[in-house]
Amino acid sequence: MSQDDEQTNQYLTLLLNGEVFGIATNRVLEVLDYTDITPVPQTSEFMQGVINLRGSIVPVVDMHIKFGLPPSPRTVNSCIIIISILIDDEATSVGVMADSVREVLDLDPEQIEAAPRMGTKLNSNFIRGMGKYNDDFIILLNIDTIFSQQQLSADEQEVAV
Amino acid sequence: MQDLPQQAFKEEAYELLSELEDSLLEMEDNPDDMDVVGKVFRAMHTIKGSGAMFGFTAIAEFTHEVETVFDLVRNGEISVTKQLVDLSLQARDHILSLLNEEEISTDSGQTLMAQFKALAEANSTPAIPDATPDSLTTSEENIPPVSIQKTYRITFRPNSDILHNGTLVTNLLEELLQLGTCRLVAHKAQIPPLDQLDPENCYVSWDAILTSDCGEDAIRDVFIFVEDECELKIAVVDTGSDNDGDAGEDQTIKRLGDILIERGEISQAEIDAVLAKSKRIGEMLVDANLISQDQIESALVEQQEVRKVQENRQRSRQAKAAPASSLRVPAERLDDLVNLVGEMVTVQSRLSQTAALSGDAELQSIAEEVERLTEELRDNTLNIRMLPIGSTFSKFKRLVRDIASDLKKEVDFQTVGAETELDKTVIEQLNDPLVHIIRNSMDHGIELPDDRVAVGKPRQGTVYLSAEHSGDSVIIEIRDDGKGLNAEVLREKAISKGVISAEDTLSDNEIYQLIFAAGFSTAEKVSGLSGRGVGMDVVKRAIEGLRGTIELESNLGVGTSVRLRIPLTLAIIESLLVNIGNNSYVLPLSAVEECVELTTDDIEEAHGRCLANVRGHLIPYIPLRQTFAIPGDIPAIQQIVITQVNGHQLGFVVDNVIGEHQTVIKSLGPLYRDVSTISGGTILGDGSIALIINLMQLMQQATLEDS
Repeated sequence: MSQDDEQTNQYLTLLLNGEVFGIATNRVLEVLDYTDITPVPQTSEFMQGVINLRGSIVPVVDMHIKFGLPPSPRTVNSCIIIISILIDDEATSVGVMADSVREVLDLDPEQIEAAPRMGTKLNSNFIRGMGKYNDDFIILLNIDTIFSQQQLSADEQEVAV
Repeated sequence: MQDLPQQAFKEEAYELLSELEDSLLEMEDNPDDMDVVGKVFRAMHTIKGSGAMFGFTAIAEFTHEVETVFDLVRNGEISVTKQLVDLSLQARDHILSLLNEEEISTDSGQTLMAQFKALAEANSTPAIPDATPDSLTTSEENIPPVSIQKTYRITFRPNSDILHNGTLVTNLLEELLQLGTCRLVAHKAQIPPLDQLDPENCYVSWDAILTSDCGEDAIRDVFIFVEDECELKIAVVDTGSDNDGDAGEDQTIKRLGDILIERGEISQAEIDAVLAKSKRIGEMLVDANLISQDQIESALVEQQEVRKVQENRQRSRQAKAAPASSLRVPAERLDDLVNLVGEMVTVQSRLSQTAALSGDAELQSIAEEVERLTEELRDNTLNIRMLPIGSTFSKFKRLVRDIASDLKKEVDFQTVGAETELDKTVIEQLNDPLVHIIRNSMDHGIELPDDRVAVGKPRQGTVYLSAEHSGDSVIIEIRDDGKGLNAEVLREKAISKGVISAEDTLSDNEIYQLIFAAGFSTAEKVSGLSGRGVGMDVVKRAIEGLRGTIELESNLGVGTSVRLRIPLTLAIIESLLVNIGNNSYVLPLSAVEECVELTTDDIEEAHGRCLANVRGHLIPYIPLRQTFAIPGDIPAIQQIVITQVNGHQLGFVVDNVIGEHQTVIKSLGPLYRDVSTISGGTILGDGSIALIINLMQLMQQATLEDS
């Protein structure tokens, strides 16, 4: 899958707490309006819960918590982006909450800079690069590392009582 | 991707090989049972035949040698020995690896082939069967085509001077015997007193009852050279077709009197006269000097033979009828079907809910009908996936045999309840845990033969495996008559491993449960089979993954028993739907005993302890709202759902009990793999999600927090 990532120059941009993030479009399955999420007890806050997506159960995560951003209020623009990730070489769907979705951008490789090691306040592992579009910077996310099992287990341990 | 016919051959061959394994093991137990030998032969034969047809020449060639040997066994020229069974089992494994196209050294195959050849040649007879048998064509039926068997009565009365020209009557009769199943009765009544006897004359005549598929001509051929010197009568007494069986047994099997009349040995009138005196007809006839004892005997033989033939035919007809009604379907299609039925159940509950809200009577009656149909559909679909657990049992038979010889132990493996049915996926997932448990029983439980004799037990140890239905679960028990668990040894081991501390006082039973702890292995030396410390904890987790429970009982010196309780199916369960705040949860109904109210007064009276007084019994409970950290106010009256978990009564406090619910279990996906207290989710009629509570894990969690 990460091979495919290299082949696309299209990114879906979304807003989280005023900051612009980008996800490669070939990983995005659909964008849903915000619906009620059923919380799963005894899990980290990052794992918001599960939703019913046409008969299958799909987990939903809140990136605010992952990136240490303060939670933002629910608005009409709030949405859930369903993306496809690889866990143990198996494709699975996950919902990512976003304050709003903006647009799909074309970014040439020369418009993307390597992720800065510091200063973003984010775990640099989660960032594939910084996209420059007009005069804005877009943080391009490395989806698979966010959901890698070690990362999730580390989260689990934080919340373990 | 393989061609379809080849794939079909493979599938069939796998099935035949597993059948073959069963038959071989059965053959070892009953070496004289020719039916089993026949089964082995037919399995080999079919594998060879269809193997050759679909281009698996290596398999065909190899199997041919094995088949040759079994043909000799079938003809009674080689007897069934342990060596033969061993060799055949190896051959079966070899065919399997050929089938899987594994990289195997051709040497092993050659050696096996040579061994089989040697076996066959040691009994060098001309009776080696055709290399390319005629029944290459159809493999759907394992029974080689049998032409119709008829039963003949042959009356052979040689003239008294038949011996003068050198005819050997014995040879004629032997030839007759080879045509099929044949019984001979000699009539000796004509033998004169010794002073009148001419030793060069033949005074004896014979009646033969022959059951064979050869025609009348073949029988005449036997007597072709003596036809002029004897009186020969051939009559068909049983045509071999079933038509004559329709009128009932009494009419098809002729009475003795009828037979004698038909033969012209006595007339109906004579019989009637004799019948007036009530004695057995045979005795009476002899007494009356109408016929000789020999003639009676001959007729009796005929009666027996015909009866036997007809019984056999009936049996084989029943056997043949069975497989025709079954159908082979790929497992994935069934899984798809079950998934669809799951969706259907969900949609149906939505329909019922909408109908109830609409107040439209007609819609409601339709919804009810759909509900009834869906329920039937669900039960039927789940039933299709039910398989008898016996298929797994027979695999273990081989396992036990192999392990026993590895460990130099003598073990008898007994199974009960092989016909018990369980969901296919459950059976598949049960395989590994059962293998572990059986290995443990044999490795740690059963003692070496000499040790057993020393403590006064029979040399041969026994491992029992039984399965039985109990409500919506199946109970599987693995019991051995070995040395049992030693609580003292276990205790010391647990202390040295830091699982418990030296001060802990545990009952023997609690100590036994320690073997389920991770990294706990009691075998002093690690063997290839068990003792690596990854045994019982893996078993326990696998069983819990099936929502089952595991119990262990042991008596030092007497044996150990492991009991598994497994739910019948994994896909859809009956459950109790409850509410906490805005969230819905379901509890497996099989564990639920009752629901009682819990008021705020009750909570105050308990002084902070989570104990409820139910009709004088104190039952501990888990407040789910707190445990699951669900925000909101606690209602004045809550409900305790009292359940039975692992033999303990335990309550779960919820806001409201909604009612019974058909729960289609869905996984929460790999991201929630580590969540143990929730075993899945289900979609309710209104489209919201209810989470399925894993009662056992919650209990364990609560116990850990308390200690």
